[in-house]
Amino acid sequence: MADVIKKATRDGYGAGLLKLGQKYKDFVVLDADLAEATKTIVFKKAFPERFYDCGIAEQNMVSIAAGIAATGKKVFCSSFAMFAAGRAFEQVRNAVCYPHLNVVIAATHAGISVGEDGATHQCCEDIALMRSLPGMTIINPADAVEAEKALEAAYMHDGPVYMRFGRLAVPIVFDDDYSFEIGKGVELKEGNDVTVIATGLMVAEALIAYDILKEQGINARIINMATIKPLDTEIVLKAAKETGAIVTAEEHSVIGGLGSAVSEYLSEIYPVPVVKLGVYDRFGQSGAANDLLDLYGLRGKDIAEKAKAALALKK
Amino acid sequence: MDAVTKKELQRAANDVRIGIIEGVHSAKAGHPGGSLSCADILTYLYFKEMNIDPKDPKKSDRDRLVLSKGHAAPALYSVLANRGYFDVKELNTLRKIDSRLQGHPDMKHIPGVDMSSGSLGQGISAAVGMALSAKHFGDNYRVFTILGDGECEEGQVWEAAMFAANKGLSNLTAFVDFNNLQIDGTCDEVNSPSPIDKKFEAFGWDVLVIDGHDFDAIEDALDKAKASDKPFCIIAKTVKGKGVSYMENNVGWHGKAPGDEEYEIAIKDLAAIAESLK
Repeated sequence: MADVIKKATRDGYGAGLLKLGQKYKDFVVLDADLAEATKTIVFKKAFPERFYDCGIAEQNMVSIAAGIAATGKKVFCSSFAMFAAGRAFEQVRNAVCYPHLNVVIAATHAGISVGEDGATHQCCEDIALMRSLPGMTIINPADAVEAEKALEAAYMHDGPVYMRFGRLAVPIVFDDDYSFEIGKGVELKEGNDVTVIATGLMVAEALIAYDILKEQGINARIINMATIKPLDTEIVLKAAKETGAIVTAEEHSVIGGLGSAVSEYLSEIYPVPVVKLGVYDRFGQSGAANDLLDLYGLRGKDIAEKAKAALALKK
Repeated sequence: MDAVTKKELQRAANDVRIGIIEGVHSAKAGHPGGSLSCADILTYLYFKEMNIDPKDPKKSDRDRLVLSKGHAAPALYSVLANRGYFDVKELNTLRKIDSRLQGHPDMKHIPGVDMSSGSLGQGISAAVGMALSAKHFGDNYRVFTILGDGECEEGQVWEAAMFAANKGLSNLTAFVDFNNLQIDGTCDEVNSPSPIDKKFEAFGWDVLVIDGHDFDAIEDALDKAKASDKPFCIIAKTVKGKGVSYMENNVGWHGKAPGDEEYEIAIKDLAAIAESLK
């Protein structure tokens, strides 16, 4: 793995914002005193007059974003996932989603891979919160390349978008010519024994699981599900029919995230075993990000174990 | 203000009050007290102050209003209907299934509503966003918002106030409908939002305290707001339930609709005012 290039998805966000800023003039960027960390600093340096710092007041920031969008302009607003989706939840619901406004909420530092800051800053509930909101689109990119591409798609999208980025540098999965489409899962590896549907940093781990399983004679299908809402039901149903067993993998609570979305869909239309890998109804804690991913069982080897469990359940 | 204009505004405000009573009576629910208290402010804004066109509710250079105290929706709907955005008969559909007149303002479906609102403390932030958008993109429109006095207990109001002053949003004017009553009692019994004027001053706004039922005072305050190079707060001292005898200054009429007999009395009260304005 020594030659693997690693980059945080938040860096993809910063780079993407800069490119969008060069291309389009009709949007502004808001942050809540975290520009260095969220990487909106990259945009701020290039376009200081188009960047507004709202200070440590996330609820106000989200409502301001809604007001800007209500005047027909586009707007990105950033904070950590905990504060963008958690603290400002009701503002996202009532000011952004209820009027279905074009606000992109770009949340960084999602999941336990925040690391040393610990549980108060490790949001593993944001997807669940955002999924419950009518009309919300949720994108959780796998790598910095996808993050950058998804950003332009979010900019073009009509309606609110929640984007989830990480702090930790993770392997680059996609080539530069990768083309991102909202609502479309991507099959990364073919296989018909079992399907792993992964999102965010778990996608690179799923590719490790693919190799582990292959060595054991198991052909796993690997799907990258960057858009969690609306779910690509077509690719999920096809996987259920063709492989008969599914594992979901996410750096998020198993309550309300990707695993829930896949289970909810399949249980009504084509029930097959769905084994969920994620954070099991617990808080995070301080520690180095990679140690935490080991401790919480969010690794390729853990996905491979779940894949075998799913296979065992297969009729 | 000349006497004719003033009388026209008073008549319009009385029509707006009749619309409020029609709406909440027909809905058998709603917030008459705080709607009646801000009726004169809304009437002045929509009939005299704001650059708007009821035939083109979405025109891009229009002035905007966010009803931060969204529960006064019956007043906003009534002023919009009386101003010609939609038929006043529609006020009788307030809060009913399949009506676009939702319990709180819904910008997606009601012509003339610039922002959905109702969750207290948030509307002023949206108004701040609109004012920021106008400044940033070089648009000349102005933005108005109406807050409740009890609403100023929400922390977000002060986040918005801080930001508006820091960014020099001189195109923003906030009214505080100061009727001194909230659901559980007088504002000072429930909590301590006062002194609201001093707080806005401390946050960097220009502030004026006026009689919120006096059109001369409203006009004068808005002229001063226009001339100010800061965001401007107008603390409008008002009477909750204004115009309906038994509702005035009565905390019980915050969120309760008049029954049939009470409705008749309210309509008689307002008819008497209309008569006096002939």
